[in-house]
Amino acid sequence: MGKKVLLIEDEPNIIEAISFILSRDGWDVATHSNGHDAVDVVRTKSPDMVILDVMLPGKSGYEILRELREDTSMRDLPVLMLTARGQSKDREMAERAGASRFMTKPFSNAEVLDAVRDLVLQS
Amino acid sequence: MGALNVLVAVCLCYVAFLFIVAFAAERSALRGNGAWLRSPLVYTLSLSIYCTAWTFYGAVGYAARSGLEYLTIYIGPSLVMIGWWWILRKLVRIGRSQRITSIADLISSRYGKSNTLAIFVTILAVIGTTPYIALQLQSVTLSFNVFAQSQAGADTDVLRETTAFWVALGLALFTILFGTRNLDVNERHHGVVMAIAVEAVVKLFALLAVGVFVVWGLSGGVGNMLDRIETSEIGMWQMQGGRWVSLIFLSAAAFLCLPRMFQVMVVENENEGNLRTASWAFPAYLMLMSLFVVPIAVVGLDVLPKGANPDLFVLTVPLASGQEGLAVISFLGGFSSATSMVIVAAIALSTMVSNHVVMPIWLAVTGHGASFSGDVRKVVILSRRLSIAGVLILGYLYYRLSGGGTALALIGLISFAGVAQFLPALIGGIFWRGATRTGALAGLTVGFVVWTYAMLLPGFGQGTILPTSVFESGPFGIGWLRPQAFFGIQGMDPLVHAILWSISLNSAAFFVASLLSFPNPLERLQGAQFVNVFDHSQNPQSWSGGMAQSEDLMIMAQRILGAREAQRLFEREAKRQGIQGVLPETTPEFLQVLERELAGSVGAATAHAMVGQIVGGASVSVRDLMAVADETAQMMEYSSQLETKSAELTRTARQLRLANEKLMQVSHQKDAFLSQISHELRTPMTSIRAFSEILREGGLSDAEQEKYATVIHSEAIRLTRLLDDLLDLSVLENGQVSLNLRKVQLSDLLDTAISSALSGVQTSLLKIRRDQAQEKYAFTTDPDRLSQVFINLISNAQKYCDGDRPVLRIETMEQDGRLLVDFIDNGSGIPRESQDLIFEKFSRVSPQKAGGAGLGLAICREIMVRLKGEINYLPGQGGAAFRVSLPLRQVNENAE
Repeated sequence: MGKKVLLIEDEPNIIEAISFILSRDGWDVATHSNGHDAVDVVRTKSPDMVILDVMLPGKSGYEILRELREDTSMRDLPVLMLTARGQSKDREMAERAGASRFMTKPFSNAEVLDAVRDLVLQS
Repeated sequence: MGALNVLVAVCLCYVAFLFIVAFAAERSALRGNGAWLRSPLVYTLSLSIYCTAWTFYGAVGYAARSGLEYLTIYIGPSLVMIGWWWILRKLVRIGRSQRITSIADLISSRYGKSNTLAIFVTILAVIGTTPYIALQLQSVTLSFNVFAQSQAGADTDVLRETTAFWVALGLALFTILFGTRNLDVNERHHGVVMAIAVEAVVKLFALLAVGVFVVWGLSGGVGNMLDRIETSEIGMWQMQGGRWVSLIFLSAAAFLCLPRMFQVMVVENENEGNLRTASWAFPAYLMLMSLFVVPIAVVGLDVLPKGANPDLFVLTVPLASGQEGLAVISFLGGFSSATSMVIVAAIALSTMVSNHVVMPIWLAVTGHGASFSGDVRKVVILSRRLSIAGVLILGYLYYRLSGGGTALALIGLISFAGVAQFLPALIGGIFWRGATRTGALAGLTVGFVVWTYAMLLPGFGQGTILPTSVFESGPFGIGWLRPQAFFGIQGMDPLVHAILWSISLNSAAFFVASLLSFPNPLERLQGAQFVNVFDHSQNPQSWSGGMAQSEDLMIMAQRILGAREAQRLFEREAKRQGIQGVLPETTPEFLQVLERELAGSVGAATAHAMVGQIVGGASVSVRDLMAVADETAQMMEYSSQLETKSAELTRTARQLRLANEKLMQVSHQKDAFLSQISHELRTPMTSIRAFSEILREGGLSDAEQEKYATVIHSEAIRLTRLLDDLLDLSVLENGQVSLNLRKVQLSDLLDTAISSALSGVQTSLLKIRRDQAQEKYAFTTDPDRLSQVFINLISNAQKYCDGDRPVLRIETMEQDGRLLVDFIDNGSGIPRESQDLIFEKFSRVSPQKAGGAGLGLAICREIMVRLKGEINYLPGQGGAAFRVSLPLRQVNENAE
């Protein structure tokens, strides 16, 4: 398929895990691990979808998502949000920021794959 | 008798005209369209009752006898009017705001509503005014006689008696009719004032007409007139300084103190602004009145035979020249002067007599006390009418008994000097708060005794009442008490002598007695009201009668007792009276109860006065009393209590708000803490779950398998450590930790800490520098806990020190009784903005190297608190630097 997924996450082990899962499924995976320049990276790499962690150094996932949504070219970009905080208000904040889907850590590998496939297909 | 009959007819017509004027003025005032009645012009003209028959006829006589001295009688009042801003304005404002009805009322009101003082002043005023009324009757009679003498066969003696009688009767009727038509609380009489104004115009016109006739008709112009004056004896007048000053002072004082002047000037005043106009218009009127006095006197002395009464020149000069018409006009002028004075004086005196003598006696006799009912008004009017009749009868009797022989001017001056005795009490009362009732009584008494002895009695002539021996050698041979030479000072003019001594002894007695006595509360209150009248009364409000007495009492009681207390009291009393609602009838019982309640707060006297003022309806307004109530200590007390309570409430509210904020903060912190823990637990779990699934699915190389297993392993360890830390922190924070105290060596402790911190690390670049000689300290502590802190600090350095060749220095020293152990590395250190946060839970400076959960330093801080020590970040050491300090009392230096 060769579709491009950009993973923005700061925990090295999680980066490795998700990269492994998606690559094995045939996705082209790029990674980035801080919040400061995440929006620019999305712009330059123009992926088919983004997996975005909430807790990032420099800038929170919500802020990054809001900025992405303000940019017309990325309004419809599928974004899967990951968070390690399982409270309902985190889900609400993700929805308000414009997340396409929201997933709480820890997740099963199959869930992540399904979500990525769905989101790319829908778009 | 023909001319005399004509004169009587003219007189009756004139009186009828005055009746119509007065009646029309009353009607128009009643209809409310009497604005012109309150005009400054009418006010100024009404002031002209100062010019009585004495001035109309007597001034010419005075000029014929004493030259220009008559002018002093005009200069005094002119000065008072011109200086209205200082005294008159204040008098008028006090009169309006205190609802003053007479000069006796003013003085008594000022000195604590003292009725003794009021009676005293009233009696003195009657004594001082009666001769003056007699004088007016005499002048009318004399002028009638002049006409009668010009007729053959007229019986002048009979005429003399009957004229005076009929005039007195007529005046009594007029005064009763217009002076007591209605009982106005403000004591204003529009009809009377209007009639007086008309009479003022008539007398001015008459005097000017005679003057013009004398100058241009008899003397042939101004130039000739001046020549005649030149040659006359009047032209050679010498001014006696002492007499002039005394007379100017006397007339000024009388202008202020004469009851009738007070009546028109203060009581009848409708508008303070009128004073402004009157201040120049009235002196102008006086100037016109005095303009032709000297010419008439000079011509009269010339034309008429020697021995003719100069007091009647105004009348006799036209008659002698055959100008009967002019003589009639002149007669009407004199008639106007006399009648207007008598009418106003009778009103003023009757108000005083009725209010201060008759009514108190009537109330005492009938036992009505404080509970006034509607019929009192009728009684008051009746008492007024009787008083008017009484005053005129007195005047008539005086006239009959004195025989009317004395010169007009002399009676006038004696009268003036009598009422001038009010001056110290009056002026002192409105300008000096220290003036007291005792002072006023003392001054008045002394003044009147001296006046009677030195002026009134000698005025009847030596040997009439006082034997001649008294004048020559003093009473009972006491030389320094001779009536016209007090203290042996002889050669003084008798008039100057009497005025000087009476006024100065009066003032001295007033002043000294005021200083020596203490005012009662009501006096103090009234004193403040009078002296500071401009602060107290912006707009004199109208008097609300007795309608809302209960309500007024309620308002006052609430202000003094407090709302709830007052309402309870009123309700209880209303219930006792069997009345629905909260307002009881103002029965004497209720008033007594109320007064007692109030007395507890403001003192008995003030309470009595306050209730008395509201119920008795006297002239202090409720609002003014409130002003005083506010000043009492009780009110201050209540107010300060309220303030304290309000401050307490504010403080409580602030504390509650703070507590609330703290709770919110704690709750927020708890949320954040839970959220953090969730994050810290879920992150390693995610890796573990993901990689274990990958491993389970299989199909991996050995290297991959081993790598992923290692990740799972290390993340599991991380989880365990996190849980350990959390438990540790929880135990420490709750104070449940039990310390295991032992005696240890610092260097041993550091040895174990270093080895265990670096044990799990295969390739440690970190070099540790320490001076073991420094570390010779043996002390008692919990070695496990303390080394936990050391380990944490060392492994932090090992993990985070980003120097090329990382070095950790461990330095030990003793300072101010504390053992200090510093851990300083050569990395980039901790940014300034993070230095405050590093000891907080879950705070990590560099998240990428997330080895721990950010609990290490938080745990260290808790441990150090338990060990009664501290851990701090040391800024400015070239790298990350932490200082652990321990108290020395647990530290024993090992003496080597």
